[in-house]
Amino acid sequence: MSDAPGATPAPQSAPATYTRPVIAVVGNPNTGKSTLFSRLTGVRQKVGNYPGVTVEKKIGRIRLAERDADLVDLPGSYSLAAHSPDEMIAVDVLLGRVPGMKRPDAVLVVVDASNLRRNLFLASQVLELGVPVVLALNMVDVADQRGIVLDPRQLGERLGCAVVPIVATARDGKSKVQFASRPAALPDHQASEVPAATSTQLSGFDDLRTALGDAVAAANRAPAAVFPELTAAARELAQTFSSATHQLDPLETERALLDVGSYSEERLLARADTPDQRAALVAALEATRNQLAGDKPIAAVEAARRYQWIFKALDGVEVRGEPRPGWSDRIDSVLTHPVLGLLSFVGIMFVVFQAVFTWSGPLMDLIDGAFGDLGQSVGAALGEGAFSSLVEKGIIAGVGSVLIFLPQILILFLFIAILEDSGYMARAAFLTDRMMRLAGLSGQSFVPLLSSFACAIPGIMAARTIPDRKDRLTTILVAPLMSCSARLPVYTILISSFVPNQKYLGGWLSLQGLVMAAMYFVGIFTAMAAAVLIKRFMLRGPAPAFLMEMPPYRRPMLRAVAQRLWERGGVFVRRAGTIIFAVVLVVWVLSYFPRPEHIAQQYEVEREALAQQTDLDDAARADALADIDHREARDYLEQSAFGRIGHFIEPLFRPLGWDWRISAAAMASFPAREVVVAVLGTTFAVGDDIDVDDDDSAGTMRAALQNATWPDGRKLFNLPVALSLMVFFALCLQCGATVAAIKREANSWGWAIFAWCYMTGLAWVAACVVYQASYALLM
Amino acid sequence: MSATVTTLAALRAGQSATVRAVTGDSAIVQRILAMGLLEGSDVRVIRFAPAGDPMEVEVLGYPLSLRKSEAANVEVDHIR
Repeated sequence: MSDAPGATPAPQSAPATYTRPVIAVVGNPNTGKSTLFSRLTGVRQKVGNYPGVTVEKKIGRIRLAERDADLVDLPGSYSLAAHSPDEMIAVDVLLGRVPGMKRPDAVLVVVDASNLRRNLFLASQVLELGVPVVLALNMVDVADQRGIVLDPRQLGERLGCAVVPIVATARDGKSKVQFASRPAALPDHQASEVPAATSTQLSGFDDLRTALGDAVAAANRAPAAVFPELTAAARELAQTFSSATHQLDPLETERALLDVGSYSEERLLARADTPDQRAALVAALEATRNQLAGDKPIAAVEAARRYQWIFKALDGVEVRGEPRPGWSDRIDSVLTHPVLGLLSFVGIMFVVFQAVFTWSGPLMDLIDGAFGDLGQSVGAALGEGAFSSLVEKGIIAGVGSVLIFLPQILILFLFIAILEDSGYMARAAFLTDRMMRLAGLSGQSFVPLLSSFACAIPGIMAARTIPDRKDRLTTILVAPLMSCSARLPVYTILISSFVPNQKYLGGWLSLQGLVMAAMYFVGIFTAMAAAVLIKRFMLRGPAPAFLMEMPPYRRPMLRAVAQRLWERGGVFVRRAGTIIFAVVLVVWVLSYFPRPEHIAQQYEVEREALAQQTDLDDAARADALADIDHREARDYLEQSAFGRIGHFIEPLFRPLGWDWRISAAAMASFPAREVVVAVLGTTFAVGDDIDVDDDDSAGTMRAALQNATWPDGRKLFNLPVALSLMVFFALCLQCGATVAAIKREANSWGWAIFAWCYMTGLAWVAACVVYQASYALLM
Repeated sequence: MSATVTTLAALRAGQSATVRAVTGDSAIVQRILAMGLLEGSDVRVIRFAPAGDPMEVEVLGYPLSLRKSEAANVEVDHIR
């Protein structure tokens, strides 16, 4: 959980089992890098995390002419500068320092052809490595529309690498890509004079595969002489300070020289064997900076040299016509307009939220019903007993409780993919940044937090689009405070049972509605406050830069969107599924065992007595049998490990106005919040299948809750208890799937446990305050 | 030219200027430079977000959004 630079990754060489060539893929954000990656690898990819950081590790297989190779997708960035462990991953992958991964045999640099000058900044850093490079000149169609004429062949000669023009998003990849891969357009040519290629042999992807095949077979190239003095100085420093115990790499030394006072410098210094050596290295770095840059910041000199080199490389290779105001600018004059822009933003977000909230309903009911039926028929087929209960209530219900979130996740990701690929996400961040800054976050946190109103899991997964690690973690940690749809059943049953149905303003306002709205505001307010505190005390540091390109609007590509949905859905089902599954099993075991024999005997006697009664009709008999079943279930629950824990922890929840049954139900709802409704139902013996949408069973449940008493006969539930229970569920993290999602996205159990602890603590304190205050006021 | 330093944050929508220097903390300076806002670059303010912050500028022929607090690190002259 600490930000301190840890021990350096040790393995310098790859395991012997690693046989395929490795190609790293780098590029700026919004260059279509992910789309290209997906199209080159298809579904043959593995998604995971790099150890110790929150960066996603995506590796896919690509078929080259001679053999297969592994494509490693690196996070989109504008530079190799490494101010945090997350940013250092790109450098580590390029140097082959990540355990289990070998140094790449080639690098594929994806650039936006319509924005070459800035894109070549990162490319120039990669070209200095000396590794064979292939430059994918993506979006040549956009460049063409903007009147930019390019000469890819000439560019390749100047950069000393293969340059392949492509259109990664082209629906029919071949024809459009060929149009872009026409013979080099010379500066004095008019674009219209160059005939579009018709041959199907010259498709962009085929050319790219050929170029990549050549690159992995090629020996290292001469590093580009962008800033030769810097490269030479870094090499010399690395040589001087390498010893028998550690090898300094010229690239990491160069990064330490440039990234003054940052993570990469810290990590280089941490390699020194002795304090004296460290001091010498500090002095040498400082002297080298002075020698290279004089009194200017070294980064300014480096940037100036890089851009000089870029302008020289592009002179005569990239000819920019008169900039024409495109439709993208016209859309922006509406969508970022002070009034119209905000209105459209609210409209778009409303549609997204509605879709996630309501469209998913029927699908979720379908999954819920299917798993319920499956559980019942399997349970019936297996008969009574522990194994049957394990399969029905443990395994099938457990899997169902995970899969039920899948529709919301897929619908939300459908919208996020469309908003991102169309370029709108950058505008949403632009519009909301000022507001989100009140919580210490940036505009990039808005959409993940909004999504969390439907379900925190897709919200947490959406947080991966936030580039800054601290902002991303903070967003992940506060997202579950937004009142998700799983809280609704809890709010609904308690509000309808204990909040008076008073209407104000001629029926326009109801007290019940106000309490419901208050629950949502409690969540929002707490999330904002928690974000401020987490940023101030745990994830301290300078405010992250909010520097981002406003990409031109584009039409999202169906295939790319579909592939992302498939990927996200798969990740959720596999990773969260395994963890929540284990948790559900544990809860089942705790609430099933032990099962004292005397309870079974006692109710067997009752059942026999019922069978003896002859004056009952079938309906009354069934009711009486159900009543016996429920009382038996309740007694078993009280005797189970869970019931005993409930009694044991009752004193802890007394200040909240809860008895052991409510306490145990709250605990048993760890797999999923809405479980509390079912457990309360079982505990208060009204049937274990409570459907709050069904007036009848909700009515019975209401009556049961209203009639429940303490042992001394006082009513158990009243408005203060209901409020404290609602506030507790508004703020607690009783959702195994969310805990699993936090673990996955933050890549640490530490953060997941922290999230659970701080939210549960907050929930307890808030529920206690609400109970005590409302008791004093109302009772 | 006046003695006070004008920064990108002080420009109005529609104004153009030339970057003279980028100052401040190394991490933020590096990010600004990588985006193409470096000594000698021409920059034009396109618009401000509804709350007056962040702002959108054009540099190297592409639109870039940044906060005023970051734009305050970019010293400009030749305002036109």
